[in-house]
Amino acid sequence: MATLNDYLLVSGLLFAIGLAGVVMRRNIIIVFMCLELMLSAANLTLVAFSRFHVTANGLPDYNGQMLVFFVITVAAAEVAVGLAIIVALYRARQTIHTDELTSLKG
Amino acid sequence: MPSYLFWLFSTIMLIGGTAVVAFRNPVSSALSVVTCFVGLAGLFIGLSAFFVGVIQILVYTGAVMVLFVFIIMLLDLKDEEKPSKPLLPIAAGLALVAAFLVQLIGILSNSPDMSEPTLSKATLAAAAAGFPADGKIAAALQLGKLPDVHLIGNTLFTQYNLPLQILGVLLLVATVGVVVLSNKQAD
Repeated sequence: MATLNDYLLVSGLLFAIGLAGVVMRRNIIIVFMCLELMLSAANLTLVAFSRFHVTANGLPDYNGQMLVFFVITVAAAEVAVGLAIIVALYRARQTIHTDELTSLKG
Repeated sequence: MPSYLFWLFSTIMLIGGTAVVAFRNPVSSALSVVTCFVGLAGLFIGLSAFFVGVIQILVYTGAVMVLFVFIIMLLDLKDEEKPSKPLLPIAAGLALVAAFLVQLIGILSNSPDMSEPTLSKATLAAAAAGFPADGKIAAALQLGKLPDVHLIGNTLFTQYNLPLQILGVLLLVATVGVVVLSNKQAD
């Protein structure tokens, strides 16, 4: 049987992979996908805590899964808005590489 | 969940995640995200969170990743990333991740471990006392099944009613925002 620390370790590894992608990749679409990976790693932690928390009636703690439900919904809205921004950015600047977007550098 | 299934789904998930960062082609990366999320949904279902596992497949791999692939197609990216990569971002990324992993292992080795609480038929039947006796939740619990979707619905519409409605407003605002963002570029 997998223990709680196994789930937390796997979730932390997924978060680390997402973080590495956000820092290392320069294609803004892939950076956005890696953000989704990091959100999903947090969801895995929440579901694991929900299952391993012993409640008074012996069932899993559904408050954690409610938070996962809300995170997934907000992430879907975020993806829709973010991709619209990426399309607008591409139309304005003809690039989606983050190292060519240097207007704020001064 | 048996141990070998946990490690199988974890491996699928982590290999998919690594492939997202490693692939050059954005479409390959998007399909790797799909692989990663399928493994993650397997882990959710192994944790008895059936509803969350199903919406992970339906919403993330079904809707969100298809949207990503659609946008990649729409932008029609000609050139991939340039082969000459500067060393600084890669070194910074690896150092950041290494620091994070050292911290994670340090915390996990000092925190108390827990094994999975059992969801036996006796536990489920005992939990049925907390729900209305003529309802579906109590009937399923008496049979020794976990009525996951009913329990989530019960929690959502009793304890989390206001957040649910705020979420509906958020989705409406996001829809309007996306339409406005797309329209402004048309002229």
